[in-house]
Amino acid sequence: MTNSISDIRETDLMFVIGSNTTENHPVIANFMRQAKKRGAKLIVADPREIDLAKIADIYLQIKPGSNIALINAMMHEIIKNKWYDQEFVAAQTEGFAELAAHIQDFTPEKVAEVCAVSAEDIKKAAQMYAAAEKAGIFYAMGITQHLSGVHATMALSNLAMLCGNLGKEAAGINPLRGQNNVQGASDMGCLPGDYPGYQKVYHPEARKKFEQAWGVSLPAKTGLTLSEIIHGGADGTIKFLYITGENPMMTDPDLKKVRHSLTSLEFLVVQDIFLTETAALADVVLPASSFAEKDGTFTNTERRVQRVRKAIEPIGDSKPDWVIFSELMARLGRPQSYRSPADIMAEIAGLVPEYAGITYERLDEVGIQWPCYSADHPGTPILHQDKIERGKGLFVTVDNISSAELANYDYPFIMTTGRNLYQYHAMSMSGKVDELNKKASESYIEINTATVERLGLKDGDQVKVTSRRGSLITTVKATDRIAEEVMFMPMHFADAKVNYLTNTVTDKMAKIPELKVAAVRVEKV
Amino acid sequence: MAKIIIDEQSYEVKDNLTIYEACRQAGIILPALMYDDRLEPVASCDLSVVEVEGEKKLVNACTQRISDGMKIQTQTARVREARKKVLTDLLAKHPLDCEQCSTAVQCKLQAYVQEYEIPHPTQKSSNKNYELDESNPFYIINPNKCLACELCVRVCSELQGVGALEINDKGYVQRKLTVECESCGNCIDICPVRAIIPKRFAEEYAQELAVMGKEQASEQTRHVKTTCSYCGVGCQLELVVLNEKVIDVKPVKVPPNNGLLCVKGKFGHKFINHPTRLKTPLIRKNGKLVEADWDEAYDLITKKVKEIKSKYGSDAFAGLSSARYTNEENYLFQKLVRTVFGTNNVDHCARL
Ligand code: SF4
Ligand code: SF4
Ligand code: SF4
Repeated sequence: MTNSISDIRETDLMFVIGSNTTENHPVIANFMRQAKKRGAKLIVADPREIDLAKIADIYLQIKPGSNIALINAMMHEIIKNKWYDQEFVAAQTEGFAELAAHIQDFTPEKVAEVCAVSAEDIKKAAQMYAAAEKAGIFYAMGITQHLSGVHATMALSNLAMLCGNLGKEAAGINPLRGQNNVQGASDMGCLPGDYPGYQKVYHPEARKKFEQAWGVSLPAKTGLTLSEIIHGGADGTIKFLYITGENPMMTDPDLKKVRHSLTSLEFLVVQDIFLTETAALADVVLPASSFAEKDGTFTNTERRVQRVRKAIEPIGDSKPDWVIFSELMARLGRPQSYRSPADIMAEIAGLVPEYAGITYERLDEVGIQWPCYSADHPGTPILHQDKIERGKGLFVTVDNISSAELANYDYPFIMTTGRNLYQYHAMSMSGKVDELNKKASESYIEINTATVERLGLKDGDQVKVTSRRGSLITTVKATDRIAEEVMFMPMHFADAKVNYLTNTVTDKMAKIPELKVAAVRVEKV
Repeated sequence: MAKIIIDEQSYEVKDNLTIYEACRQAGIILPALMYDDRLEPVASCDLSVVEVEGEKKLVNACTQRISDGMKIQTQTARVREARKKVLTDLLAKHPLDCEQCSTAVQCKLQAYVQEYEIPHPTQKSSNKNYELDESNPFYIINPNKCLACELCVRVCSELQGVGALEINDKGYVQRKLTVECESCGNCIDICPVRAIIPKRFAEEYAQELAVMGKEQASEQTRHVKTTCSYCGVGCQLELVVLNEKVIDVKPVKVPPNNGLLCVKGKFGHKFINHPTRLKTPLIRKNGKLVEADWDEAYDLITKKVKEIKSKYGSDAFAGLSSARYTNEENYLFQKLVRTVFGTNNVDHCARL
């Protein structure tokens, strides 16, 4: 997030796109509801009529995969009517002329068809967004889990810059991160091309810095991404895989392929707190600690580094993960001298400028938002406040790329996926809580009531759902909150692993699989 | 800014505060069972009364706003008498079974009753005998304890944005049948008594109570502040620990969540002490995973790393890290992959 969660209290408008905030980031949704009550405006764009859509001033039930078209059309309308922030655009941005030329074609009338919403509503949304003094954009996996995910985030940043919504309070572009420490895992360099702090492995200076710090020579070649690693297992280039705290046998697209990959490895180590579907395939399973059994920090979606504190002793013979890593490194000839996670944080602070001022003492009461450059730096609640980070903000023109899979005769419906309030990801944690299971324990597919009727089905029927990659059996949930040609399945449930159906095609830049769109057919069983 | 005098001391505070807030800024916390700074101020319990010079009647500090030059007395005999009366009346509405009450720490009412030395009524004070409402899977409402202060009702509508609770005409809280409760539990933690309690806590705490008694249980209960491990909001919470078990979770009133949680953060922590947690390393032998000790597991991994490295080189290795791990662990993991395996084939599952 460029801005802070508490900014939502002050905002004039929230544009929520591709985020089912109420179910995935519930407490943020509370602040949005409070803002709405106080008089802020709310625009929601989502294929499903999610909870926030019910209180929205404008709700756009767009087709999956039409995000960019919508955003471009809004910009078309804003530029055409000169509603944009001319002062900000002149002083702070580059590439406006190209953008203006590019979006000429994206008239609301044309785009209305692509998105399956009315041109009137697109125009209203554009006007409302542009008219707000401070407008914040909020998005999540509904934007990024598409073939064109990175482009869609660029389009959103174009929109924010166009209306001067960067670098000021209660505005900005605010991706809502899914898992609790996605932000931190990226910050810490668990990325094939980045050392901690997004310092590039191909950059000789950066490499030298880490070689010196770690006392070892480092490879210059960018590594493989998650999807490439899974491919590598299947085609024999990866022999040894160490998976920690993740369950790709539930969460990855195309599970048949994942199983094939993991079972083709010469050696698989899995470290987790439960014997997950993935751990069951391992050669060695290491028992790890939950967050309640160790000290450390998480970094939340607003870049706030916050303390994790040990509450109980490790269960059985299990160990905190940092202890396991240190012990393994020692066995493999690289002994480390950390006495506690605080020592590791001190090393991080020395190597990552954005974390330079972070210490456990400073985090004691309230977390600090990075960048925090020194011991007396207060942290950064709002990014780009003085000027846009790279000098001037660049408008990057992007087109609407259609999803890799479109509906056709054999697979006439578009299926999209997501989460449910009472469960979390692959359920290895939330699935252990009986009461949460009572609320939501079996898989289902949401289908529009009219479609259900047209297919000769009824609510509660068992159906077979088939994509180009596989099929599964699940239960029909008839609803009016989804458009007639779109269906939705939650991703959590082991009784019908939705990722047997999803597509492994990834966004070319971020390598995020297109989990949000798969063409399917549905038959009664 | 306004100049005011509280208990003979002068202070400079922001304009237009309520007396309650002004006192708080001056470091004086007035008693209040029904005040919360996140909610619209309403005159409620009259516990926060103070004397204001020039006013004949006592003044409710939760709703009355300050004016420049105001002289406030917070501890006069008259004020204390009035507060005692309020507490005595409240106590008459509330059963005095504090010994059995499933609260690990003193509730607010109990604390004030002690502070103001209110004698416990001699005869059984409350003859309410309403049935418990156990219809929600996560919490129980005990109408007999309810003081009808409406805090839970207001949290649910003003902060949670749901509005699933109301005070009925018998004068206690009940669930509205027409509104779907989101089971966030935010009504539980604001209740000044324990009229709404988490089911799980009630069960587990009762078990421990049976063994160790109230005093010991209270003494041994620890509150550990930490960060929720479910989603990227990163809510601040306290794990309530007794006997090496996490028995309850409470929200903390700091950024980013400012005292709110959702159903997962509040009720989703049973997995921590779940019986199926992995307790020892496992090694595959003859196709089956069997229990092993750490040395065995480490030895096997070390052997395989060396073997595969000499046979295929560094790029045959890869590591997948976790968006659930701490920063320190993610840092260490990529360091391991890069310095020990010798490859940049490291990624995490944030893309999913
Ligand atoms: S649990 Fe949450 S939604 Fe339900 S009544 Fe309590 S505050 Fe309202
Ligand atoms: S349940 Fe608790 S918070 Fe709600 S009205 Fe009764 S005493 Fe007040
Ligand atoms: S309490 Fe709910 S909203 Fe807050 S971090 Fe946990 S899961 Fe997310």
